[in-house]
Amino acid sequence: MSEAKASIDKETVDQVAKFGGEHYKYGFTTEIDVDKIPNGLSEDIIRFISAKKEEPQWLLDWRLDAYERWKTMDEPDWAHVDYPKIDYQDLCYYAAPKSMEDGPKSLDEVDPQLLETYSKLGIPLQEQEVLAGVRKVAVDAVFDSVSVGTTFREELAKDGVIFCSFSEAVQEHPDLVKKYLGSVVPKSDNYFAALNSAVFSDGSFCYIPPGVKCPMELSTYFRINEANTGQFERTLVIADKGAYVSYLEGCTAPMRDENQLHAAVVELVALEDAEIKYSTVQNWYPGDENGKGGIYNFVTKRGDCREARARISWTQVETGSAVTWKYPSCILRGDDSVGEFYSIAISNNMQQVDSGTKMLHLGKNTSSRIISKGISAGRSSNAYRGQVNVHPKASGARNFTQCDSLLIGDKCAAHTVPYIEAKNLSAVLEHEATTSKISDDQLFFCQQRGLDAEEAVALIVNGFCRDVLQHLPMEFAVEAQKLVGISLEGSVG
Amino acid sequence: MSALLEIKNLHAGVDGTPILNGLSLAIQPGEVHAIMGPNGSGKSTLSYVLSGKDGYEVSDGDMLFDGRSLADMAPEERAIAGLFLAFQYPLEIPGVTNMTFLKTSLNAILRGRGEDEMDAASFLRLAREKSCGLGMNDDMLKRQLNVGFSGGEKKRNEILQMAMLEPKLAILDETDSGLDIDALKTVAEGVNALRAPDRGMLVITHYQRLLDFIKPDVVHVMAAGQIVKSGGPELALELEKSGYGEFVGEAVNA
Ligand SMILES: Nc1ncnc2c1ncn2[C@@H]1O[C@H](COP(=O)(O)OP(=O)(O)OP(=O)(O)O)[C@@H](O)[C@H]1O
Ligand SMILES: [Mg+2]
Repeated sequence: MSEAKASIDKETVDQVAKFGGEHYKYGFTTEIDVDKIPNGLSEDIIRFISAKKEEPQWLLDWRLDAYERWKTMDEPDWAHVDYPKIDYQDLCYYAAPKSMEDGPKSLDEVDPQLLETYSKLGIPLQEQEVLAGVRKVAVDAVFDSVSVGTTFREELAKDGVIFCSFSEAVQEHPDLVKKYLGSVVPKSDNYFAALNSAVFSDGSFCYIPPGVKCPMELSTYFRINEANTGQFERTLVIADKGAYVSYLEGCTAPMRDENQLHAAVVELVALEDAEIKYSTVQNWYPGDENGKGGIYNFVTKRGDCREARARISWTQVETGSAVTWKYPSCILRGDDSVGEFYSIAISNNMQQVDSGTKMLHLGKNTSSRIISKGISAGRSSNAYRGQVNVHPKASGARNFTQCDSLLIGDKCAAHTVPYIEAKNLSAVLEHEATTSKISDDQLFFCQQRGLDAEEAVALIVNGFCRDVLQHLPMEFAVEAQKLVGISLEGSVG
Repeated sequence: MSALLEIKNLHAGVDGTPILNGLSLAIQPGEVHAIMGPNGSGKSTLSYVLSGKDGYEVSDGDMLFDGRSLADMAPEERAIAGLFLAFQYPLEIPGVTNMTFLKTSLNAILRGRGEDEMDAASFLRLAREKSCGLGMNDDMLKRQLNVGFSGGEKKRNEILQMAMLEPKLAILDETDSGLDIDALKTVAEGVNALRAPDRGMLVITHYQRLLDFIKPDVVHVMAAGQIVKSGGPELALELEKSGYGEFVGEAVNA
């Protein structure tokens, strides 16, 4: 073990101590002039959003087609979650800081209040703020419906890496957008993806040219600020032949009594020998301990290993949101391609999580690996839903699935729903599952060594999550460990 | 000088079952006391009551540690105050390395005392020095806490934690059981190294052999939740020969 790793757990514990009683430190709101359209969803609203972004006709048509299809679809009800019916006409589909009216600006011109918001969230939007010696991370910051800035664009451009907001990509790289948009998650893939395709407002776009190893971490930071506003962002990451990129997204929102909808779509395309590592630290406001407020996080994420030897790896740390419905998946189309899914999903109080992955083996000798760690506390419900599918032509497919649940207290629930479908006899599929509880004896042991109950839980849970935390980029592993501690506050007592 | 630990007429039980029935004991600073007694006499229970395990309730009597009543203190407060328990059955914590655990523990205690936490380099140096002294290699520090450790390794690990935390009062619950003779010597050396004029120890054991290496000042015999006899080191030798027979009856009559 490295010394750095050793010090992380200490930080976890510090952090927990520091936030004692104050559960959600990102719950503040930014008072800022916004440009917000009336609530409701219609063709006109879609035309408005598209016009606002000066989109080409084909994209408007694409949106309208998605809208037509969405109207014929039903909201999915198969997930192990329960929430009141959403009134889609009572949501606002576009809100942007007024200062962003004339489109994205250079970082020097971004409203200082926005910069301050991000700095309060611990996200530096000024390139010079990045300390010497610390690995650089380029950030695209999405505030409600728009991207307010992207750092290190010029430096990345030197290597041919395109990293910008989705709106800018539509203007500056329309061919790439047209070629790949909807190529992994078709616009009518599912109810929420169709809704997103109709009304998405912004998001991040990234293209790594052939043979390029992206010289820094890329990240998108999502912030929902406005009340009664949905966030529908779209992320598209393309790694061309032999390219490599590590990408991270983070999410927070103010504490509000009403629920807010976040329906994003993330599409990843990895071509021959390319590799994409996509990590998420999801910390949307989870609602209060009685289940009031919080984000509905209904997200479609899918990666396509489109050509031979492509690799896509999803790592997620899901601690926030009132309701999570999310299954980052891999289509293993290329021969010898590899898909991975590493997940930590924590539910506390009244949170509901239904998350997992789908590995679709289409090419020959494809392999996938799933490690899922579900932690339930309070009165929460936490379900792992996984699907491993082997196509008749996918000879030599391999999957390893390990699915561990940890229960804290006796009022929470954990469910494991694995589907396995192998249509090729040569497939080798392994599945392991465990359920455990934090024992009183373990807690007492830690307390006897000076830790209070919450520090003890944070330590034990971080140990439980170790296999997954190890897959996060170092910088974010620290953050994630702290988050694990904070999100379980109040779970013992 | 006031006692380091003073237990007066302690009545305590677990989940409603009375186990300690009027136990009294005083340890002065610098002293090592040994407790011996038949299985089920309440030795481990005493260690849990002193360290504040959930479910163990005191119905009567006092426990004063350094003049402070333990009764109202949370387990971690007792640890911070300098009370350490080497567990009869040490727990496993998967995914947490020995090193991380030691560091988290040491810093929690330092913080609890209002002192500065130890920086990474000094910590590493200290951990290496202490583990080396106990015949444990670096590899043991990198392993997950007690996971896959042999019985003896777990016990040694308890002593490592004690050596790192330098408690004022260490309660060792059968730390010698399951140790081979070399390990026994190493553990005893670890314990002896911690002996100091301001510290005390309560050593629970079934075997006089340990007391050859850790010389106690006082030996107590416990039966049916009470101290039924106390004496010098020679008492342990006597017990080794004659067993507990005479005491079991005595306690019942008491
Ligand atoms: N949770 C419990 N509920 C009921 N009785 C208990 C409980 N825990 C312990 N006891 C009982 O209390 C008595 C004392 O147990 P304790 O573990 O303290 O004995 P001990 O002296 O440490 O024995 P040994 O030498 O075998 O370690 C035993 O009879 C035991 O069965
Ligand atoms: Mg015992």
